[in-house]
Amino acid sequence: MSEVKYSKEHEWIKLDGDVATIGITKHATEMLGDIVFAELPEKGSNVEKDGTAGVVESTKAASDVYTPVSGEVVDTNQAIVDDPSKINQDPENSAWFFKLKIKDPAEMDTLMNKDDYDKFAKETSA
Amino acid sequence: MERKKTSLYQLHQDCNAKFVEFAGYQMPIQYSEGIVEEHKFTRNHSGIFDVSHMGQLFIYGGEDLIKDLEKIFPLDLKNLKLNHSKYSFLMDKDAGIHDDLIITKINEGFLIILNAACKDNDFKILKELLREKYKMVLDENRSLIAIQGPKSSQVLNKVVDGVNDLNFMSGNWFSFENQKVYITRSGYTGEDGFEISIPNDFADKLTRELIYKGSKLIGLGARDTLRLEAGLCLYGHDLDKDKTPIEANLKWAISKERISKGDFIGSDIIIKQLNDGVSKIRVGIKPEGRIIAREKTKIFNQSYVYIGEITSGTFGPSVNGPVAMGYVENEFSKKDTKVFLEVRGKKHPASICSLPFYKKSYVKGVN
Repeated sequence: MSEVKYSKEHEWIKLDGDVATIGITKHATEMLGDIVFAELPEKGSNVEKDGTAGVVESTKAASDVYTPVSGEVVDTNQAIVDDPSKINQDPENSAWFFKLKIKDPAEMDTLMNKDDYDKFAKETSA
Repeated sequence: MERKKTSLYQLHQDCNAKFVEFAGYQMPIQYSEGIVEEHKFTRNHSGIFDVSHMGQLFIYGGEDLIKDLEKIFPLDLKNLKLNHSKYSFLMDKDAGIHDDLIITKINEGFLIILNAACKDNDFKILKELLREKYKMVLDENRSLIAIQGPKSSQVLNKVVDGVNDLNFMSGNWFSFENQKVYITRSGYTGEDGFEISIPNDFADKLTRELIYKGSKLIGLGARDTLRLEAGLCLYGHDLDKDKTPIEANLKWAISKERISKGDFIGSDIIIKQLNDGVSKIRVGIKPEGRIIAREKTKIFNQSYVYIGEITSGTFGPSVNGPVAMGYVENEFSKKDTKVFLEVRGKKHPASICSLPFYKKSYVKGVN
């Protein structure tokens, strides 16, 4: 399994063969506050890099979830739809959002590694 | 323009508040535990709210003042007992709402609690209407601290002895550190609770003592979810100059006796709407499932015809689901009417429901 990469929109992505698991970062959940609603893309739909692929809502506001790479949605995590508070509890592991069969592995190279993302998150939230 | 800070600013910082700008003030939106936990703590225990940004308007006067205020507010003020409070509104001649407020009869005249964003304009309007006949003080030297929730009387009574004896919607002067504090049994969360008007220099000390006795600071985020579950209006969202108290479904707050005479600002429209009905009215709206419909969400009938708009909507932590209110055409305002809400381009089913979403029985004195 390859290393986890990160996007400027605060998604994480983990590639396993040609299937990528995507979720939002712990930093994102801290900025959002208590998440009370999650909407995921439909299984079988195609999503484009940097396009919207879901929504999360806190009590205060709704935020789009973007996909850091293009591909076909092969699985979604119903558990976070049924209980969105799971996203706050374990954002970078069990509370993943969706899995994509990726279209272009080269898109992974445009994303940040953990160190760069941590730096980016720190700078942008200051 | 620099944001104003309340006397509790340092305490908010000490409690790791996240701040937002609200009506020109730097106010806490939440603390470290987050909005949902703060909301639940208020419902189960007691939460402290810094509402010092709200206006505390003292108007001094006697019989003449009562007569003059009755020309402004649709209340039976001459029969309002000393230290009793009423919910009311400042209206324009078309019964559009400038502000909603709580007015309390005090020994020297009246104390009116105004919304932060409206207080300066309210002051100007009232000063003009009262033709500067009375001394009016929009008191910046006092803070306003609310404590809300089932344990609030127990907690506050340990810090200010005697508050237990207050009835709902009444108040009195008490003493804290030899300072005169005016406390009313009221609030805006649907819980039993109190609002404490206290000199700025003592607000921090009082609040720290309440925290020491087991209460916690609660931010504006939870204040919003609490008041919405309780079906209470937020000015600038559910109420504004384009809405009348009748349309807002607040006719319970208008004195029947005053309507029969009809000699207050906006009374022509109020009486007309009471007789002829209104075309739009505020209702509770319960979305099916978990979808959250926020302010400005469009409401449609079963034939997809536009019938109104959401004015407040969020997730209600105690209801454990989405809650909203808004204005719909009168014919669709009946309880259980099925409607659709347009969220992110899709129409989602919802029903009209009665308010509040969350109800608890108040303590003694509730009518």
